[in-house]
Amino acid sequence: MTDEARMPEPPIDADDRDVVLSSRVRLARNLSGQPFLNRATETQCAHIVRTTQHVLMNSSVSEKIIWIDLDEINAHDRSLLVERHLISRNLAESSLHRGVAISGDERLSVMVNEEDHLRIQVLRSGSNIESAFQQVRATDIQFEQQLDFAFSDRWGYLAVCPTNVGTGIRFSIMVHLPGLRITNELGKVRRAAKELHLAVRGYYGEGSESSGNIFQISNQVTLGSTEEDLRDIFTERIVPALLDYERSSRQVLLKRNPTLLDDRVHRALNILRSARLLKVEEAMKLISRVRLGVCLERLDVPLQQLDDLFIQIQPAHLRQHVNCALDAEEELEIRATLVREVLKGVN
Amino acid sequence: MKCDLCNKPAVVHEVTITGGAKKEVHLCLEHAHAAGIAIPGQQPINKVLSKFVIGKKEGAGEGHRRCGGCGCTFGQIKQTNLIGCPECYRAFEEPLSQLIEQSQFGNSEHVGRIPRKMHTPSHNEIRARKLMRELDAAVTAEQYERAAELRDRLNELTTNVEHENDTPEGNEGS
Repeated sequence: MTDEARMPEPPIDADDRDVVLSSRVRLARNLSGQPFLNRATETQCAHIVRTTQHVLMNSSVSEKIIWIDLDEINAHDRSLLVERHLISRNLAESSLHRGVAISGDERLSVMVNEEDHLRIQVLRSGSNIESAFQQVRATDIQFEQQLDFAFSDRWGYLAVCPTNVGTGIRFSIMVHLPGLRITNELGKVRRAAKELHLAVRGYYGEGSESSGNIFQISNQVTLGSTEEDLRDIFTERIVPALLDYERSSRQVLLKRNPTLLDDRVHRALNILRSARLLKVEEAMKLISRVRLGVCLERLDVPLQQLDDLFIQIQPAHLRQHVNCALDAEEELEIRATLVREVLKGVN
Repeated sequence: MKCDLCNKPAVVHEVTITGGAKKEVHLCLEHAHAAGIAIPGQQPINKVLSKFVIGKKEGAGEGHRRCGGCGCTFGQIKQTNLIGCPECYRAFEEPLSQLIEQSQFGNSEHVGRIPRKMHTPSHNEIRARKLMRELDAAVTAEQYERAAELRDRLNELTTNVEHENDTPEGNEGS
């Protein structure tokens, strides 16, 4: 994968980017007449890959579409895809025959033989659920012309796990919540999310921990409402409430003790600009603080630069950056050097 | 201790107290059977089973039956929370409904998108399904006036749906 293949950078003032890093909509789909993956033989898994690959590569869902046979590439390349959120960790680490189709702009990815036969996901920068929803819907419609998806009148689209049955749709946003973390309000967010049947996950989705105060919030209910109703609840009620809460917390920090806030964000920026060794967790935490400073207009750093850094400092991207394998210490050094370079001209 | 009626060892010891008077009976297996006394662990198999079936009717039956599509049992599904194949949804429809409702916070019926290759429900059909759910909720909440109103609206809609399906322009076969 080359850097040129990356998604074009959106403007800094794109929707709610002070809090929302990205939006994602995904569908779970399975082929009718085929066992789900937990019961499928190796031959059946291979058959699912072949069948879907053919349809995906001959579709017109995107001007350019790349197929990656995940059995064939090495663990480093699979990690690159995970770090860009194009495939899940689960798919990267699976031992089944599997693959992924990715659009040229990296907004659409279709994972084959993840938990379900197909996971169709569309990513957008900032808060852009509607646009992602439209693309995922169009992709689904096109695929279903050539693939028979398992479906029942009662249960809708059938999935391996009951949590995905029905619409099979999951709306999610990747949010940066430093205000709520510092004001110790995250517990309340988690409790409210539970009551509203929302999942709160870490930076890499299911099973991952939060890093840099970044969380993934998504709906848990996929049955009993139309896709449009689920979308409306998510975008009109959930997202605005969460954004208000985080923004209010940031204002509390600013009003309560602006000097402390300035100390925190400037100190973070200066460590990033002077460190010679940086662990990924430490870097994520410091970038998170700088990002908070930028959003509260205490620092002047392009937001996109920081959002890119979150990805660039991940281990596989660092190895890609220097184009060679790194031992543990070298990785810390290369990370610190990269961060210093990126933040060199920042005041 | 020996059986009260023969020299074999007694396996049943029954003590009854009637009006303050204690009466003890000690019987061997054969004489206990003859007296119609049930022996724990040696009850007639049909009695044991009928009790088992009543208490565990669905779980025990469904737990061992296999799906014709993939061969998995409902017991395996329940254990892993993973379904084996699309056919399982038909094979274990009722027990699965509980599992699904649990996972979906009480929701039990699909009202979202339907593949275009399949029958496309009309607006009235979707509305009728929604009314049906509202009616169920009203009955559960004992809101009988609202339930009656919903029932009337549902009847009216159902008539319209039947009419739609009878017309040649209906969605049949689309």
